[in-house]
Amino acid sequence: MTNLTQTQVRERIEKNLASRHRTEKLFRGLGIASIAFGVLAVVILFSDIIGKGSGAFMQASIQLEVHYDTEVLGIDQVDDESLTWANFSGVIRQALRERFPSVTGRSDKRELYTLVSSGAPFTLRDRLAENPELLGKSEVVWFAADDDVDTFIKSLKDSKEGFRGRTSDQKAGWIEQLLETGELKKRFNTIFFTNGDSREPEQAGIRAALMGSLFTLLVTLALSFPIGVAAAIYLEEYAPKNRWTDLIEVNINNLAAVPSIVFGLLGLAIFINFFELPRSAPLVGGLVLTLMTLPTIIISSRAALKAVPPSIREAAMGMGASRMQVVFHHVLPLAMPGMLTGAIIGMAQALGETAPLLMIGMVAFIVDVPGGVTDPATVLPVQIFLWADSPERAFVERTSAAIMVLLSVLILMNASAVMLRKKLERRW
Amino acid sequence: MNKQILATSLAALTLATSQVAMAARDYISVVGSSTVYPFTTTVAERFSRATQFKTPVVESTGTGGGMKLFCQGVGESTADVTGASRRIKQSELEMCKGNGVDVVEVQIGYDGIVLANAKKATPFKLTRKDIFLALAKEVPNPNGSETLVANPYKTWKDVNPALPNTKIEVLGPPPTSGTRDAFAELAMEGGCKKFGWIKAMKKKDKSAYKAICHNVREDGAYVEAGENDNLIVNKLVANPNALGIFGFSFLDQNADKVQGSLIEDQAPTFDSIADQSYPVSRPLFIYVKKAHADVVPGIKQFLAEFTNERAWGDEGYLADKGMIPLPTEKRQKIATDVRKMNALSNLAAK
Repeated sequence: MTNLTQTQVRERIEKNLASRHRTEKLFRGLGIASIAFGVLAVVILFSDIIGKGSGAFMQASIQLEVHYDTEVLGIDQVDDESLTWANFSGVIRQALRERFPSVTGRSDKRELYTLVSSGAPFTLRDRLAENPELLGKSEVVWFAADDDVDTFIKSLKDSKEGFRGRTSDQKAGWIEQLLETGELKKRFNTIFFTNGDSREPEQAGIRAALMGSLFTLLVTLALSFPIGVAAAIYLEEYAPKNRWTDLIEVNINNLAAVPSIVFGLLGLAIFINFFELPRSAPLVGGLVLTLMTLPTIIISSRAALKAVPPSIREAAMGMGASRMQVVFHHVLPLAMPGMLTGAIIGMAQALGETAPLLMIGMVAFIVDVPGGVTDPATVLPVQIFLWADSPERAFVERTSAAIMVLLSVLILMNASAVMLRKKLERRW
Repeated sequence: MNKQILATSLAALTLATSQVAMAARDYISVVGSSTVYPFTTTVAERFSRATQFKTPVVESTGTGGGMKLFCQGVGESTADVTGASRRIKQSELEMCKGNGVDVVEVQIGYDGIVLANAKKATPFKLTRKDIFLALAKEVPNPNGSETLVANPYKTWKDVNPALPNTKIEVLGPPPTSGTRDAFAELAMEGGCKKFGWIKAMKKKDKSAYKAICHNVREDGAYVEAGENDNLIVNKLVANPNALGIFGFSFLDQNADKVQGSLIEDQAPTFDSIADQSYPVSRPLFIYVKKAHADVVPGIKQFLAEFTNERAWGDEGYLADKGMIPLPTEKRQKIATDVRKMNALSNLAAK
């Protein structure tokens, strides 16, 4: 090594200073570019989903004056039995014929009847069940329009002609007539939030799937959080460091990366075939998802326990606390925020899972809203999958709307994870 | 705090399991084909509204997966009904019998398979032979000798001079799909049989014959586009040169975006599929577990609803959903057979 004079050193530094600055800039630019790419992808995804799905919150509805005619209904009092047999579709057909008296032919009438949803008679039944005094009287009721009508009037906005599809010229004429008088308009789609699945898009809702997700997650949380935390405490605070605990640790890390369908197969073999639990039940779904989320929760809980400084343990020990007292009085409260964050992230992951549920029968058509953990149910992502696969045009926007609901639940969960951490976190 | 959580979760679990032990299944469990799923679910919904029974739970598992679940045995945890977009296979029937399951077969209607392209492109006029030559893995040597060569055709014009000079690009379902099976059997095998010497092979070497007629080329001309037919429709709109394979109901619902190709001069319409003049249509079935018919409440009524004219008739609500009804006499015969609940003994019985 030769001794360099100060000027020589400076010369050398100055020589590649510019290129070092350049690479620095380039690196920073790359970072910004990758973030910009990510943001762009999110914006495109969200605008596509919201653009497609926002329409689903409004539903074409038709206003009709119905007469609860005892003769047409075929009943003279309102009770459970008569409501089952009453001819409500007759009443609606009569109302449609009165609205369009010029329609006479048999096939024309058939077409006229398809203006309103095939679920309309049940809307009417529910109204009469609630207000029995309406029997024999008339009232004005809004009915959900058929999905073909709904798709047609929603497409009118984009082009003058609109998507006719299966709508004939005659039917389009009726629709325009109703639109002009304001008897047909888009109203807020409450059905979407109160109903279970349906084959008729205008009667399909996410309530059953949302409740199914809720029950499944409840079971998952109730099982995976205590088990995961207990396992983490034992492994971190009690277990000796030997070959066995190393093996367990490697296995837990491995399980966290196992494809989720494997847990579904396991669930089918153990919970359904061996323990004979019912198919399609949130209980089994929750058990399977517990297996799936346990590794995540154990790993994050262990990390949270590790982050508690040893000085706290030593101080408590020094004061004469037993090991259990040290853990439950001092370490656990301090590690809780980290554990809760891990649990919520695990839950969010479980909420978006469909693959393991296929094997245990939760990829299913569920109309009745489940009332407990053993009722047949499905979950939100499965509902999205099933609607995305349906031929009816009106399901496209419902698919996107369901995605919006799922995303908002996820955002809510993740936001609460951040909030909890902020609130409970302590720094040393 | 932790102890409390543990105690409550334990309590919840014991409560839940005791509930399970008490409840016998009071709803019908249906599994099976995703093609039959829209129709079974429609009937399930109407059935539960018209009666006091709970809505049947309908799972979409695919035809093969459904058969496995269905043939597992008799008992509460097994399915009562399975939907199939093809007839039950002999091996599946034997598996069912081996597990003590007697099945009742009900044909419910037809489904047409269409080859469609974007509305803005010119419609195709194909024959089954064109389809076979364009999509098979190995085709008869173009020089006329009775040998097979790896599919040399690049454009539709190569296959048939009357067709446009565009690259062969067909989007279709993956091999796990029932639609793909049916397409291979009806469209490709239909074209394959036009070659006398291949047809003659059927008697001698059935598996070689099947391999020639059913194997789809893997050099990129046939693109596996997944099970989602809506996705295929969207891809066709984006790529006017491509053709797509999917069920008739998707064509019906997207008539503004795509058009069906004519096959043997027949356009895929409701009527041409119903009267069997459109050649690529397949029967749809449901299979019912005989032993469950008197145990699980509502199975007989569910079948009665399915085989009611208002459901599967010419103007029934299943026709609105895109299912092609059976001819009237056939419907009447099946409806009477269903009431008798005769178990299927072997496949030749039909």
